[in-house]
Amino acid sequence: MGEKVVEVDGLVKRYGDLTAIDDISFDIRAGEIFGMVGPNGAGKTTTVECIEGLRRPDQGTVRVLGMRPGVDHYALAERIGIQFQVDALPPRIKVGETLDLFAHFYSNPLEWQKLLEQLGLSAKKHSPFATLSGGQKQRLFIALALVNDPDLLFMDEPTTGLDPQSRRAMWGMVEDIRARGKTVFLTTHSMEEAERLCDRVAIMDHGRIMALDTPDNLIAALKAETRVVFAVEGRMDTEVLSDIPGVTRVEQRNGRVVVHGSGSGFLGRVISALESSKVSFGQLRTEEPGLEDVFLALTGREMRD
Amino acid sequence: MLQTRALGKLVVVQVKLYLREPIAVFFTLLMPVMLLVMMGFILGNEPVSELGGRGHLDVNLSGYAALVIGILGIAGVPIETATRRETGVLRRFRATPLRPLTYIASDVLGNFAMMVLGVTVVFLLGRFGYGVRFHGSLPTLALGVFLSAAAFLSVAYVLASIIPTSRAAMVVGNVLLYPMLVLSGAVVPQQVMPETVRNVARFVPLTHVVTLFGGLWSGHGLSEHLREILVLGGVLIVGVALAAWLFRWE
Repeated sequence: MGEKVVEVDGLVKRYGDLTAIDDISFDIRAGEIFGMVGPNGAGKTTTVECIEGLRRPDQGTVRVLGMRPGVDHYALAERIGIQFQVDALPPRIKVGETLDLFAHFYSNPLEWQKLLEQLGLSAKKHSPFATLSGGQKQRLFIALALVNDPDLLFMDEPTTGLDPQSRRAMWGMVEDIRARGKTVFLTTHSMEEAERLCDRVAIMDHGRIMALDTPDNLIAALKAETRVVFAVEGRMDTEVLSDIPGVTRVEQRNGRVVVHGSGSGFLGRVISALESSKVSFGQLRTEEPGLEDVFLALTGREMRD
Repeated sequence: MLQTRALGKLVVVQVKLYLREPIAVFFTLLMPVMLLVMMGFILGNEPVSELGGRGHLDVNLSGYAALVIGILGIAGVPIETATRRETGVLRRFRATPLRPLTYIASDVLGNFAMMVLGVTVVFLLGRFGYGVRFHGSLPTLALGVFLSAAAFLSVAYVLASIIPTSRAAMVVGNVLLYPMLVLSGAVVPQQVMPETVRNVARFVPLTHVVTLFGGLWSGHGLSEHLREILVLGGVLIVGVALAAWLFRWE
């Protein structure tokens, strides 16, 4: 991974008695998709806004592309793109008009017509903002955040409120943006999204970073078990399963069997044990531990969202 | 530093957005015209002895023109700006290198153009539609219109800077606007008002716009309206200073 694009050291932000961000430090490196996950109110948006320079931290230092957010605001704004969690435009402004306008705010804008094409909005060029669907509005805001060809893109909960199809389309878009060499700082309260998209993830709760690593390392550090789940006719004798090395527990309920365990070749050993004892089974699947389990292990509770 | 590229584009977009808003166009550009047409239909412009031998439209035309400036400055611009702040449109601009001064300049220029357009339509319709005689000089009248528009836009931005929400802007707009319309003589001629009302009206800025327009239209020079020019100029200077100090994106 490349040089540090964002450096945060000892960041603290208070609102009255509430400490929204409680002394956090981390770096973001060039070319990565850095994710910040956590429940609503964990301090994600406040963190992003302090880094963007839209909010002034109470303590700590922040450097973005070597500049001081808020202080070097106009120079920094030329090189970053921001997509807000709640974003707005005048209802009657047209899509093409908007991009043309925003392109005029920067010294070296991209050709906005191409950008519209890439984001699948060319057909909507003459449509007023208010007539766009949620997914189209979100794509327009991404286009606005990209029109200056930024080095660093901030996306604050880009898929919140989108239908599943638009959400998948958005994931594809974020991956395309990274493939073009940009660094992306993304916040989300979806663990699935963080796992799928991010190179590194910071898990936040109550204004603190509870853990920061690649999704794979975070999950591996849990040493959590894999579950093999399948259906059987009637009841089976589960002893053939509990004798397998690596199996810790077997549950049987309502024609469904769940085998808990870990270790390499765990799934293969379960299947061969079933076949050699001639048990007829179906609908077999495995459940791997995910970031959801990491959050549970770190905080002792489910993500509340 | 004024960003000229951004400014030029933004002025054009601001004017387009304004013209696409039917309600705004109705209340600011069309209402004074409709008032003129209705009064022309009901009262006509025959000479009347109570008005010193002048017709109703002779006396009222400058009031209808002043109406355009009053409505846009006191209600139109503050409501639109508060709405944009509340919904997050201004925040969207803040995420770019656009400077607040450039944004304000674009909004002021766009609305200035709308005010001049509205006033021009009223004057042209009065002159050529109803034969209201014009005795003044066009450049002098234009100067009066420009000064009045600028003064009211500075007031508009002071209001837009201190009013937090669009609802509050609507309430403040209406509370200030209606007494202002009545007291200033924009709707009821100053000539028919009792002395006490006219004394109160002197503290209403729009009164000075009505007086200035009326005077310049009937052939007065700028030197005969020093009081109006000083009041409106003072409003402009104080307004610009306050607005520059108070304006916030969010």
